[in-house]
Amino acid sequence: MFGGRIALIGHMDSALAVHRLHFAFTVTFHYIFPQLTMGLALLIVILKTIALRSGDEHYARAARFWAKIFAINFAFGVVTGIPMEFQFGTNWARFSRSAGGVIGQTLAMEGVFSFFLESSFLGLFIFGEKRLSPLAHWFAAFLVFLGSWMSGYLIIATDAWMQHPTGYEIGANGQIMLNSFWGLLLNPWVGWQYMHNMIAAVVTGSFVMASIGAYYLLMERHLEYGRTFVRTGVIAGLAATVLLIFPTGDGQGKNIAIYQPATLAAMEGLFETANGAPLALIGQPDTDQMKLDNPIIVPGALSFLTYRRWGAEVRGLREIPRDQWPDNVPLLYFAYHIMVGLGTILIAVSLISTWLLRGGRLYRFKPMLWILMLALPFPYIATTAGWMTAELGRQPWLIYGLMRTAQGTSPYVSAGNGLFTLLGFLGLYSVLAVLFLFLVGREIEHGPSPAGSGPARSPFSSGEKI
Amino acid sequence: METLWFCLVALMVAVYVVLDGFDLGVGILHLLVARTDRERRTVIASIGPVWDGNEVWLLAAGGVLYFAFPALYASSFSGFYLPLMMVLWLLILRGLSLELRSHVDTAMWRSFWDVTFGFSSTLLAIFFGAALGNVVRGVPLHPDGYFFLALWSNFLPGSDAGILDWYTVSIGVAALVVLTMHGALWLALKNDGEIRDRAKVIARRAWWGVASITALITALSFWVQPHLKENFSKYPWGYIFPMLAIAGLIGIRLWDRQEGELMTFLASATYICGMLTSAAFGVYPYVLASNGDPSLGLTIYNAAAPEYGLYVGLRWWILGMVLAAGYFFFVYRHFAGKVRLEDGRE
Repeated sequence: MFGGRIALIGHMDSALAVHRLHFAFTVTFHYIFPQLTMGLALLIVILKTIALRSGDEHYARAARFWAKIFAINFAFGVVTGIPMEFQFGTNWARFSRSAGGVIGQTLAMEGVFSFFLESSFLGLFIFGEKRLSPLAHWFAAFLVFLGSWMSGYLIIATDAWMQHPTGYEIGANGQIMLNSFWGLLLNPWVGWQYMHNMIAAVVTGSFVMASIGAYYLLMERHLEYGRTFVRTGVIAGLAATVLLIFPTGDGQGKNIAIYQPATLAAMEGLFETANGAPLALIGQPDTDQMKLDNPIIVPGALSFLTYRRWGAEVRGLREIPRDQWPDNVPLLYFAYHIMVGLGTILIAVSLISTWLLRGGRLYRFKPMLWILMLALPFPYIATTAGWMTAELGRQPWLIYGLMRTAQGTSPYVSAGNGLFTLLGFLGLYSVLAVLFLFLVGREIEHGPSPAGSGPARSPFSSGEKI
Repeated sequence: METLWFCLVALMVAVYVVLDGFDLGVGILHLLVARTDRERRTVIASIGPVWDGNEVWLLAAGGVLYFAFPALYASSFSGFYLPLMMVLWLLILRGLSLELRSHVDTAMWRSFWDVTFGFSSTLLAIFFGAALGNVVRGVPLHPDGYFFLALWSNFLPGSDAGILDWYTVSIGVAALVVLTMHGALWLALKNDGEIRDRAKVIARRAWWGVASITALITALSFWVQPHLKENFSKYPWGYIFPMLAIAGLIGIRLWDRQEGELMTFLASATYICGMLTSAAFGVYPYVLASNGDPSLGLTIYNAAAPEYGLYVGLRWWILGMVLAAGYFFFVYRHFAGKVRLEDGRE
């Protein structure tokens, strides 16, 4: 039993392990950028809407500052995004051959519907403010927002199909064939996952905005803007963190309970099937002894959250064959608990900050400003942990119930070749990380104040138009 | 239906090469035609608003290839593993060099990204050409439909060839020369003054290179891949594609004399389309030939997705392309005319 499990995971030097790390590393690094751009896109549209309706130049300048941060993130998101589509073919060829006819649809639609839209209007949005009317520029911002949120939908629909395949049939030669386009796009998995993910992006955007606002207030620079950023970030952050838990997180959890019971048990560290299963807040899963060490639990809460009945039965891992278990139960368990734990902290921070906003006390209350500023990494960590929960939870399946991860790799790409390019990406992305922090740091230092900064100067400043 | 998708993918690839081709060409020439910072900013400004959209054609064509011919996508991407990863790294560096150059106003920062831009554009042109060479030459497909190629072996285009052999390298060099000319014609179209003059001189010289290397790679291709002849003798109407290339090539020369910069550039685009469609027509119905047992080759029939997916794909593809054409029309129209730096700094 145990040997079989090890073979499934693959040793650390096996091609399977290398391909998994390759995708995990590149996608995790990539998603640092789009989660901010998708969230910021909405916040920028909100700032620009306020500016448009009130005619207040202050909000237009605030939007302009965030557009610069957006542009840097967008550029890094684009260049690190290209390898994602390629890797389905390069590292996961058997998966692509079987399932390409299905998920290729959503991936190609992302290129055709989102990327063309974004790439065409981003330049207009970033550099075109001088030449466009305020309404036209608002519209350019809106189209960029639309493009990025549509892109998100098509990617989530792709992932949702791997989590819970729908709209397909198996052909005579074992090929997976699409038989319902709308079944693919309107997968019951996709709605909650999409909303949960996009709202998480708004949380990232809000907290980054509030955090930089708090930094300005603490540094006593750009005070007007600092207050606007803190206020906008905190209010949007409160709305988003609440929606993150209910209804979207709740809905996503129910989907997992229905379609991936082994994943639910592993996430929650539940080994024993129980009527009135407890919710573990803290504890360390021991998969050999099949128990949770040092648990702090809320009795019956897992049953209630999952089925709305305190006494409902929830299946534990012990009842599920080992070869159906997610192959890294402890990592899955911790990823999930880190996501939930940080989410809870972010709600508390938003609640207290919003309450302090009344009468503007927040702007003078330094301890809370410190907390807001230092909270900057939390949404990023929570989002990453959330994606780890989703993807580790899908294991040992590549397509849940249809294809195991070990069956999806490229047959002739050796561990050595895979490791070579993984190391290449590690090196290149280290350089990218340094460049990114340097450039964003410069923009933050420079700040949004009117002194010496007009609309973003186009590096392309191309004649009379654009 | 398979043939239709073969044509649509070929069309998207051709659009990609024509559009991203000129901004790759601009990259190749960047260090040559522009010497001062102001000139370099002008050169980059002449592709700035469009390069990202041009590159999206690569992603869109890749995505369409993925769902229409999943077996081809899986086989070729995993088989060309190393060069594709290098293409990715080059695309990353190139994208960053274009996006980041303007952020810091120091000579050191800018010259670093200028060199990166030139270097990555040059290598990408060669890699794309070599990739096309591999598709024409064929690869050692296994009976399971996959293969894996080392970057090089003995540099001979035999059955044990690597990705780089003298044939594929010559196609790579041809791509470099063609895109240099194409980029120079774009620069001549979008600029005036010294940049335009230098670009025109380069384009004229490159034309002779293009004309001679076209003759050379045509001869080499028929020799390396005898299968190419079959379609042309079976369907003589296919000669229209090479004719298109020749007409484009002559057109460049004619319009260049009359100072018709837009027409010269369009003639160059016609030449590129002619060459690519000729190659596509020649390899059809193969999408990836085998250089061992010919029956192992991937064709549009054994690589295509089932009928239903191809059918629904067509519906959204048409809608998406109409929208994309609209955006491109809008952006290029706004961007029409010669580039002028607006900030007035000398």
